[in-house]
Amino acid sequence: MEMERASTSAAPVRPREVPIEGKSNVFHQFKQQQLPACKPILTPAWVITTYLFMGAFFIPVGLVTVRSSRSVVELVDRYDIKCVPDAFKSDKLRYIKDSSIPKNCSLFLKVYKHMKAPIYIYYQLDNYYQNHRRYVKNRNDQQLLHGLKYNDSSSCKPEQSSNGLPVVPCGLIAWSLFNDTYKFIRGRSELKVNRKNIAWKSDRDHKFGKHVYPFNFQNGTLIGGGRLDPSIPLSDQEDLIVWMRTAALPSFRKLYGRIEEDLDADDVIVVKLMNNYNTYSFGGKKKLVLSTSSWLGGKNDFIGAAYIVVGSVCLLVAIVFILLHIKCSRPYGEMHLSWNKKAISS
Amino acid sequence: MKRYVCINDDESSHDLYCDNRISNRKYTLLNFLPKNLWEQFSRFMNQYFLLIACLQLWPLITPVNPASTWGPLIFIFAVSATKEAWDDYNRYLSDKKANEKEVWVVRQGIRKLVQAQDVHVGNIVWIRENDEVPCDLVLIGTSDPQGVCYIETAALDGETDLKTRVIPSACVGIDYELLHKIKGVIECPSADKDIRRFDGNVRLFPPFLDNDVCPLTIKNTILQSCYLRNTEWACGVAVYTGNETKLGMSRGIPEPKLTAMDAMIDKLTGAIFVFQIVVVIVLGIAGNVWKDTEARKQWYVEYPKEGPWFELLVIPLRFELLCSIMIPISIKVSLDLVKSLYAKFIDWDNQMIDQESGTPAHATNTAISEDLGQVEYILTDKTGTLTENKMIFRRCCINGVFYGNESGDALKDVELLDAVSSGSPDVIRFLTVMAICNTVIPIRSKSGDILYKAQSQDEDALVRAAARLHMIFVNKNANILEIKFNASTIQYEVLETLEFTSDRKRMSVVVKDCQNGKIFLLTKGADESILPHACAGQQTRAVIEAVEHYAQLGLRTLCLAWRELREDEYREWSLLFKEASSTLVDREWRIADVCQRLEHDLEILGVTAIEDRLQDGVPETIETLRKAGINFWMLTGDKQNTAIQIALSCNFISPEPKGQLLSIDGKTKDEVRTSLERVLLTMRITVSEPKDVAFVVDGWALEIALTYYRKAFTELAILSRTAICCRVTPSQKAQLVELLRSCDYRILAIGDGGNDVRMIQQADIGVGISGREGLQAARAADYSIGKFRFLKRLILVHGRYSYNRTAFLSQYSFYKSLLICFIQIFFSFISGVSGTSLFNSVSLMAYNVFYTSIPVLVSVLDKDLSEETVMQHPQILFYCQAGRLLNPSTFAGWFGRSLFHAIVVFVISIHAYAYEKSEMEEVSMVALSGCIWLQAFVVTLETNSITILQYIAIWGNLVAFYVINWIFSALPSSGMYTIMFRLCRQPSYWTTVFLIVGAGMGPILALKYFRYTYRPSKINILQQAERMGGPILSIGSIEPQARSLEKDVSPLSITQPKNRNPVFEPLLSDSPNTRRSFGSGTPFDFFQSQSRLSLSYTRNCKNN
Repeated sequence: MEMERASTSAAPVRPREVPIEGKSNVFHQFKQQQLPACKPILTPAWVITTYLFMGAFFIPVGLVTVRSSRSVVELVDRYDIKCVPDAFKSDKLRYIKDSSIPKNCSLFLKVYKHMKAPIYIYYQLDNYYQNHRRYVKNRNDQQLLHGLKYNDSSSCKPEQSSNGLPVVPCGLIAWSLFNDTYKFIRGRSELKVNRKNIAWKSDRDHKFGKHVYPFNFQNGTLIGGGRLDPSIPLSDQEDLIVWMRTAALPSFRKLYGRIEEDLDADDVIVVKLMNNYNTYSFGGKKKLVLSTSSWLGGKNDFIGAAYIVVGSVCLLVAIVFILLHIKCSRPYGEMHLSWNKKAISS
Repeated sequence: MKRYVCINDDESSHDLYCDNRISNRKYTLLNFLPKNLWEQFSRFMNQYFLLIACLQLWPLITPVNPASTWGPLIFIFAVSATKEAWDDYNRYLSDKKANEKEVWVVRQGIRKLVQAQDVHVGNIVWIRENDEVPCDLVLIGTSDPQGVCYIETAALDGETDLKTRVIPSACVGIDYELLHKIKGVIECPSADKDIRRFDGNVRLFPPFLDNDVCPLTIKNTILQSCYLRNTEWACGVAVYTGNETKLGMSRGIPEPKLTAMDAMIDKLTGAIFVFQIVVVIVLGIAGNVWKDTEARKQWYVEYPKEGPWFELLVIPLRFELLCSIMIPISIKVSLDLVKSLYAKFIDWDNQMIDQESGTPAHATNTAISEDLGQVEYILTDKTGTLTENKMIFRRCCINGVFYGNESGDALKDVELLDAVSSGSPDVIRFLTVMAICNTVIPIRSKSGDILYKAQSQDEDALVRAAARLHMIFVNKNANILEIKFNASTIQYEVLETLEFTSDRKRMSVVVKDCQNGKIFLLTKGADESILPHACAGQQTRAVIEAVEHYAQLGLRTLCLAWRELREDEYREWSLLFKEASSTLVDREWRIADVCQRLEHDLEILGVTAIEDRLQDGVPETIETLRKAGINFWMLTGDKQNTAIQIALSCNFISPEPKGQLLSIDGKTKDEVRTSLERVLLTMRITVSEPKDVAFVVDGWALEIALTYYRKAFTELAILSRTAICCRVTPSQKAQLVELLRSCDYRILAIGDGGNDVRMIQQADIGVGISGREGLQAARAADYSIGKFRFLKRLILVHGRYSYNRTAFLSQYSFYKSLLICFIQIFFSFISGVSGTSLFNSVSLMAYNVFYTSIPVLVSVLDKDLSEETVMQHPQILFYCQAGRLLNPSTFAGWFGRSLFHAIVVFVISIHAYAYEKSEMEEVSMVALSGCIWLQAFVVTLETNSITILQYIAIWGNLVAFYVINWIFSALPSSGMYTIMFRLCRQPSYWTTVFLIVGAGMGPILALKYFRYTYRPSKINILQQAERMGGPILSIGSIEPQARSLEKDVSPLSITQPKNRNPVFEPLLSDSPNTRRSFGSGTPFDFFQSQSRLSLSYTRNCKNN
């Protein structure tokens, strides 16, 4: 905007000039509503330049972003249907609920492009509402950090106790812990999956207690998700920590581990998985995701595309304004001012 | 209802009437909390917020911490309760001071010093000189042998002159010592608030007098809060005490005024409320459906199979709480804050300080500054408001000889000075009448100068002029007047004073020359009330010519006359007069009748002409404000002709051919009706023409029109931009205000005297001129200014800015609340319609109270146009008058903007932070950052002039947002531990934020630019002109002068005595039935006389 300095000195001579020096002068100007102000004005030159500049900024950034997003190699495989044996296709619920049926399952992933380590392994759940109001608050942060000392876990209802004893960790989130497991085999050898440091360090250090051990967990009549090893403190139960960072969207990915060696194009990865987690009752989807990462994170074309769209629209707007300005340019301020009320009100 | 007061009776009336404890307090210590809470909760907004806050206490449904509502709510309540308590405490202190003042009261026959609050009805109270009167008293004795005392009534009616009060005739001559033992009964009406009327009787018990009933008038009373002056002592019987005094009855806390803007904001709040209910119902139903169809399948949510009975209500109530932020809790506080700042700006304004008296403008009512910008009608008083109310004797005509015509000042006219020194009998008689036919009290100051205390400015001017002409009114000692003329002292005894009333329009004194014992009747008054009583043979032509001539010049004229009375004639008449004075029924009328019997066959001495100059800048102010589209009505107690003259000279109406003045008159219903209809017809025809049509109506016709033809008159009021109402009473002024208000106009009433108080209180905005008529009007008003011309600045600068600023602030408050609320609503669609809050409690509270309030509060410094531009183009005020900046359609714009921004923020944040990044706290902070960034740009874009404070507030606020969140992110116990550090390190966070800003502001800027350049409003054009520098002058010249008034009517200064008949005559061409009607004894006589010659006696008319 064109900044024009309209200072007090431009105003006509005050009837009474109050001689005030130094600091109080500003206060005096404030009291008289005469503080020097810059009065921006939307001139065509300024506005068109802004839009051109915005276009010039947004389009390259968008291109860079898209490029980096495209550089990410991502393998996604939905397995929740595939892994149900044919005999149970019509009644998936019985399959998942009957613990006597073996849940193991194999997937074959073909790497279409060279993947550079580290390769992140995510599991993706769709149509899973971790942000549901009943769910998202169903935890007790004090208990997670300090253990059984904090027993008042009314926020954990209905999973705050079982068999008359309190549950650690309590609440629906912990109770519904995701418990599918994956093993990756390339050729003959099993790929080493690093399952350490998948949770935020701050969570491990300050949110989950080092001396808090699972207690009375999944002992109730209703079994939710995974179980926890009662001998490992919560701060080391990284799967739980990851799971308890609730997702804001009904479709989310959570980190399972990292493969710390490169995968070559046309490698075939065999995934041996245990399909334990029940998404069948509510029609959720389970996917396995292998992905490399860029400076912007995983594969996400949205930002880049949006940048390009916004940038091009800005350019377009700039062009439209230029044309408008040429076609019906109007000298500023020289418009005929007619003050009859009809003209104003129409 | 009557009240019987037993004088000096210690027992009887104690229980009957209240004691003299004054209480202005609204609360007591005990009832403060409940009463104050009750008052606060009688406001809908507060009830609503309380309900929300209570619902939040229910953990099942609350989406956020209850503190996020309770905190601000308690804060708001505490602030207003503290303010109330402080005000009440101050009232208590001043009451206490008044109540504990010690006064002398007779108890058991002995004078004792008691506290003022222990005075009871019937007590005899003694007051010394300069004491304040503790309650309403009926005088029974004074230090003066004649029973006269002087009081100052400034606190009561604002008039600073001294008034005389006399003891009733029954008490004359009672010995000082005996006053302690006096017994009797006073019969008087129950307390009322009329400070000009007291009709009672007193009857003293033996041994004082026989059982004679003696009448009491207001002249026999001294009222609470007056001061005793120039009198050693006075004593009286308490008749009204405590809050039942005349002052106490007229006290009372006026209704708080609501501005049009507040009403509009309330309306919009209501609309938002309805919208919120709809949203809640829709989402509630959707939530319940989703719960039954989907959520029960989701085992991890573990929905119980059977819920409690209120299960269906839980989700709607959750959404109600989630959406409660739609109505911003902070708006009331922010508005109160900025409104008091507007008021401060008015108080501080150096350009509205009256240089003469040094009085600054003052805003008593801090809540209605926006209304100033929306004024559509200004109802103004004339004398003292448009004029200076500083009467100066300018000319006179004695016995057909004009003095002062050449120099414009009779006091410097050599011929007159010669005539005085040569002792021309006509001139001397003329001067004598000038000097003593009045109620002026001369006071000799310590330095020997004589000061005159006069009730009327006209009398003051006359006495002073007489003194300049060597006829010095030296002393008034009871009934003896002393006059010094050329070193010789003449004494007169005042036998009777025939007082001025607005019906009689003249006053007379009967005096006896102490040297030769001759009795004279000296009279002065308006010409139409004197001329009919002139003696038969006298040539009144010269007088009529003089009056006419002076009237053309806008001078106030008085005719002076006299007659010598025969001794027996006087005696006879004085009996009648005494009888009339003591009647209880129709006393005023009876007295008038008796007076008329004496005032006949007068010998007219001459005419005086007094100038009441227009205040500086009045014509310019009126012209500017009329250009701004404000309609002016002049309501005056003055004569029609004087009013028209003043109106012409101050651009109020235009002379022919540009203007046309229609007259509504008539003394009967039919006449008024025909006249009204004719005027209405003319109005309808000319309404489309650019002609300046005004109507003039007098009090009598107005009364009829208001009573019988209200509808027609209302239509006329709507059609007419200008009107002159003459001879109107204070209550008619108030009625007119009421009438215009009922047509939904914003009324500003401006006046200076006690007779304007009702009008000022009735109007949407009352402005008082703290002028010479005391401070009564200024005290009752919402704003007080020193001079009429400041009205221009008050309306165009302060009113307009206040309106613009509040319009922005209120809509912006809704915008930001809606923005965050829409995001919450959108989020509920991806969270299973379960009522999860995306944002945490801390962020929500800080968003409303801190992040978004501070930048917008500094918008009180915003100026869309500079003051100079507004003054040059006052028409721009139309945008405020018509409410162009705050109405449902502008509000819809802001609503749409908040919806658009919510979509932008929501869509971008959930897509940019999808999949592995979709962590609740992070997404919430990204969305919140997006909102805050957008806010900063929106405020910047909508600010017209950015001062250093705005820079600090807008960008400092953005910095503060990050600082605050970093602090929260550093606390391990907080929910958002490390979140903000984590985000600020991510490149994707910054790309997302910039994307939000670009996508959110791009269209807004484009739209604004397009409108600004290709569909500009008048404000935009002026902005462009002003800021581009040059063309501003060219605009000024192009602009058609919508109502440029020809300035061929010179101001009232008397420099060129030319007859203005040709200009003036056609104005009244529409009123053929103007006629002179003299005589006829009805009390409303004066209303009919439409005489073109009739001139003023205005100042005294104001008493009615």
